[in-house]
Amino acid sequence: MSWFQRIKGGITTSTKEKKETPEGLWHKCPSCKNIVLAKDHAVNCYVCEKCNYHDRIGSEDYYSIIFDEGKYLELFPNLISGDPLNFVDTKKYADRIVESRKKSGLNDAIRSAHGEVLGEDLVICCMDFTYIGGSMGSVVGEKIAKSIDYCIEKKVPFMIISKSGGARMMEAAFSLMQMAKTSAKLTLLADAKLPFISLLTDPTTGGVTASYAMLGDLNIGEPGALIGFAGPRVVKETIGKDLPKGFQTAEFVLEHGFLDFIVNRRELKVKLAQVLGFFRN
Amino acid sequence: MTFLDFEKPIAELLEQIEKAKQIAEKSKIDISATIRELHQKVQDTRKDIYSKLTPWQRVQLSRHPDRPYTLSYIHSITDGTFLEMFGDRTVKDDKAIVGGFGSVDGKTVMFIGQQKGNTTKQRQYRNFGMANPEGYRKALRLMKMAEKFGKPVVTLIDTPGAYPGLEAEERGQGEAIARNLFEMAKLRVPVICIIIGEGASGGALGIGIGDRVLMLENTWYSVISPESCSSILWRSWDYKERAAEVLKLTADDMLANKLIDGIIKEPIGGAQTEPEEMYKTVKEEIQKYLSQLFALDTDELVRQRIEKFCAMGAYAEIDSVPAVD
Repeated sequence: MSWFQRIKGGITTSTKEKKETPEGLWHKCPSCKNIVLAKDHAVNCYVCEKCNYHDRIGSEDYYSIIFDEGKYLELFPNLISGDPLNFVDTKKYADRIVESRKKSGLNDAIRSAHGEVLGEDLVICCMDFTYIGGSMGSVVGEKIAKSIDYCIEKKVPFMIISKSGGARMMEAAFSLMQMAKTSAKLTLLADAKLPFISLLTDPTTGGVTASYAMLGDLNIGEPGALIGFAGPRVVKETIGKDLPKGFQTAEFVLEHGFLDFIVNRRELKVKLAQVLGFFRN
Repeated sequence: MTFLDFEKPIAELLEQIEKAKQIAEKSKIDISATIRELHQKVQDTRKDIYSKLTPWQRVQLSRHPDRPYTLSYIHSITDGTFLEMFGDRTVKDDKAIVGGFGSVDGKTVMFIGQQKGNTTKQRQYRNFGMANPEGYRKALRLMKMAEKFGKPVVTLIDTPGAYPGLEAEERGQGEAIARNLFEMAKLRVPVICIIIGEGASGGALGIGIGDRVLMLENTWYSVISPESCSSILWRSWDYKERAAEVLKLTADDMLANKLIDGIIKEPIGGAQTEPEEMYKTVKEEIQKYLSQLFALDTDELVRQRIEKFCAMGAYAEIDSVPAVD
């Protein structure tokens, strides 16, 4: 005789009769676990309506949120990485490039586009984290450089949306020099008295923070974004202690004086138009 | 004298010479011929070892404990006229970066560089040559002063990286380095940057934007140290030799990739074997390049500098965007 006896049978629905929920119909907030319709979540700019958590999104999402009617002209879309060092770690870098391009549908970790924000012209270089962690290699540097030339020629303000783990190791010193290249180019944009707006999103670290991301006329952060030079794990190892709560968040960086303001993604477009108006009028 | 593992044959020969000398003294036998032969052997072995150094061995040499550091170069090159200047005028003085005016054969030059320590105490005092934001801001303050008075800037780079500490983050390590890249790119005086030891990533680049960027023969310059690269890409510390190879971080590789402008020869066996000779060579190189750079018009100087860095990169153009799998 057993202590427990099963009264009801287990799952009796046969596999054939199983009802599938369509993939991606619902969105669950990774922070507060609130569940909303994915469609509503997109309308809400991928921000949780309950806890204000900002999802990591890609360039296409940013462009559709910021540009009027989601319309834009993509600039220099066809640049791809060379493999200057024939780099091989556990995988060949050349293979990694092919794989990442296929997987992400992107040519590299950044795209550039010219569009209008409530009627104000703006060129936006936007990084994509899905392409090798948004790492900065030669293509990122070159696209930013070319976009700056374009802005100077057309007299259009410039914006970079950063989302990156830092320099791309597989291009070693070539990656490092993209910090120099982009910063040097930005001096020319400054000479032309054109505004440069830097939006730092989750995450912005390493060589990206230590070059263009921190060089905006305005440095703007997204709520809760991780922003820093050294990654939190490295800092923790260095000091041998747990990090204080909120360390390296956008709010922390603002308190220490390195951001002009933090903007909720739902208000991003209006704020940008306002700022561009201030510069222009 | 400290010997690295691959220098062992040299250390053994030198030991043999010492022993032979002792025996000669005791037994009063003339063995000067043997000793001469041994000395010749030392030289040959040195030449042999140093003619085929692996990238990892160069990394080891760049960190040789007897290798001269920034202040030794500056004191020698300025013939004792160096006047050190402290502080970033905002937070404090960073001991990991030194700077000040010195005279090079009558001409004023602003010297700036990371400083490492020779003893344990000194190493801590200098924070192992890892600067905080105020170090980069001190460097920038001094560069702007040099610019104001039309004096050239020479930076000596030797750092395992910018300090990844909590306070460094609070005070904006990223912003400090970024600002230096931006300001150095358009500095209206000649700038020469010389890597004299380790050139690790943003921490090195933060004082590394120059009209001429030079590397001593046994130094390295890259986006990350071979050890950290190994731990990230291979998830183990055991691949540092391999990482040193794939990173292409030696002076030869960097020049071949057009990421630096020149290499400065070191005495056989490295800078630490003949420091005085090393200082002299570096001084001559500085003078040579300064006279080249002073011949340029200032606008042209800045234009060329910006153009040089903007030409760095390896990419290709293709026809289409890939289809998603």
